Amino acid sequence: MVTTEKGKQPCDKVIDYSSVAVYCSGITKTYGSGHEVVHALNGISLEIYPGELMMLVGPSGCGKTTLISIMAGILDQDDGECLVFGHNYRQMREVEKTRYRGDTIGFVFQAYNLIPTLTAAENVAVPLLIRGMKRKEAIEKARETLNNVGLADRAKALPADLSGGQQQRVAIARSLVHDPKLIVCDEPTSALDHETGYKVMELLGFVAVCSGRSLVIVTHDARIFSFADRIARMDDGKIIGVANSPDKLTKK
Amino acid sequence: MNFVAIKMLVGDRAKYLGILIGLTFSSFLITEQMAIFTGLMTRTFGFITDTSIADVWVMDPKVQFVDDIKPMQDTQLYRIRGVDGVEWAVPLYKGLLKAKLESGTFQTVNMIGLDDATLIGGPSKMIQGKLEDLRQSEGVIVDIVGATGKLAKPPLSPGGERIPINIGDTLEINDHRATVVGTCVVTRTFQSQPVVYTTYSRATIFAPRERKLLSFILVKAKQNEDIHALTRRIRKVTGLAAYSRDEFKQLTVNYFMKYTGIPVNFGIAVLLGFVVGIAIAGQTFYNFTLDNLRHFGTLKAMGTTNAKLLGMIILQAMIVGGIGYGIGVGAATLFGYMVKGTELAFRLPWQILAITGLAMAFICILSAVISIRKVMKLEPAIVFKT
Repeated sequence: MVTTEKGKQPCDKVIDYSSVAVYCSGITKTYGSGHEVVHALNGISLEIYPGELMMLVGPSGCGKTTLISIMAGILDQDDGECLVFGHNYRQMREVEKTRYRGDTIGFVFQAYNLIPTLTAAENVAVPLLIRGMKRKEAIEKARETLNNVGLADRAKALPADLSGGQQQRVAIARSLVHDPKLIVCDEPTSALDHETGYKVMELLGFVAVCSGRSLVIVTHDARIFSFADRIARMDDGKIIGVANSPDKLTKK
Repeated sequence: MNFVAIKMLVGDRAKYLGILIGLTFSSFLITEQMAIFTGLMTRTFGFITDTSIADVWVMDPKVQFVDDIKPMQDTQLYRIRGVDGVEWAVPLYKGLLKAKLESGTFQTVNMIGLDDATLIGGPSKMIQGKLEDLRQSEGVIVDIVGATGKLAKPPLSPGGERIPINIGDTLEINDHRATVVGTCVVTRTFQSQPVVYTTYSRATIFAPRERKLLSFILVKAKQNEDIHALTRRIRKVTGLAAYSRDEFKQLTVNYFMKYTGIPVNFGIAVLLGFVVGIAIAGQTFYNFTLDNLRHFGTLKAMGTTNAKLLGMIILQAMIVGGIGYGIGVGAATLFGYMVKGTELAFRLPWQILAITGLAMAFICILSAVISIRKVMKLEPAIVFKT
């Protein structure tokens, strides 16, 4: 298991360019109707590879969050095609889509979205409980995952008793606990100070991507761009450019 | 996920308690008001319950309930005794008379005159004395609640406790002396007047002079005689009204239901409890769901199906409903225990518990349905909105 504890080495990061984790082609999405219509996405095409950390950046309202919502299967596009590990959401019934999300995708939110009445371990255990794992077993696995993000001693703490950085680490543990293949993160560092944000990104970079998972991060935070394998710049519902971070890439 | 649902519910203490208080109050009010109403209705036929030996009650056809006395001629008794299927028939006097107490004040009493020969219709439980003591000169038996309450003697010193009347004490009833020869237990009646038993002949002496004094005729059917057939036969032969014990109870209850405002008053109180339940518990439960909408959205995004979310909300509603119902009914039962033996009527049969349970279930289902609609329509994309 990968760990971020001091003294331990991160894993060898491998991006598999022979297959595609997320394939988006000609995605469009509009909100509202008539004179009120807003074109959130205007024909977006993008590929994300297994093991890749992709960042979506751009000004507010450019469509970043809409795009990851479609990739995560929690929002339907108007047109275009979006395949996640070869599965097309449009061909799934609602319940199948929900279950597929539960099996395949992990979420990290800007506001953490931890359930305030559950302890850190219980929050982390939620994805396992959703998949039908027994409570005791789920809590046990959640504790292990908390240990991997350096929060073993805070397993019984409620979210309100944790700092922002700790809450985000709990959220990361929750996104990892069921071993999803794709993790989508919405502004994971924007509510954190520079140092904490950096640590959170280290954690995401090492823990999340090491097992061949793909990571899509929506962010405004230029301080964390260096963690990206590729950065897609968006504006006005379009991708206006994709930049590599060559120093972090190792081709298979 | 049941565990998550329960922790979400009980973790928000303020709302959880708010919902519980609303449901508890509602459950208590509905149970307590219906129990008092049932107690009152039971009291209306308390005298019929006590006189359980009679299979059939015969009376003037105009009688509408047990306290609505329309006296018959004494000769009617002999006609009833001549009807086929009648094992025996005895007279019964029932009327409200004024008793003058030792203190000089007057108290209305419910005078019951029993057949002199058999004393049929007397109290089933004596506390002091024997029923046969009624055969002593001027003898009367007084119910214990009346003896210790409205008929009690004045205290020996001002502000002291009143002294219960006892065997040997006397009352003055319509200028006639009556001597207490015993005390008994009776089922409380709607009128709440002290009950005084004596013989039929003595009751007619106590009663103001009237041409007709026979209130009821108590009839015992012969063995294997069909009671309803007998009542029909008595009506046909004598032209009098004849009811089985249960029919007479129902006639009495029907009168109170139809001609008094009691059902409406209690109905309003029960409705109030119901509305309070919906307003407080329903609204708070709905608010609880709204407050947790983001978390429900997160669960949905993470793979929880609508069916599972539905199950979680129903479980939450059932938990607060079950606990609120339990505490409310428990409190109402405790209240009933505390008022036992007082003037307040209280009767709690299982049917009331069932009705309250249904009302609570309805409130919870309604609250859950309103909340569920919101969660079912929820777009999981809400999770990315800050």
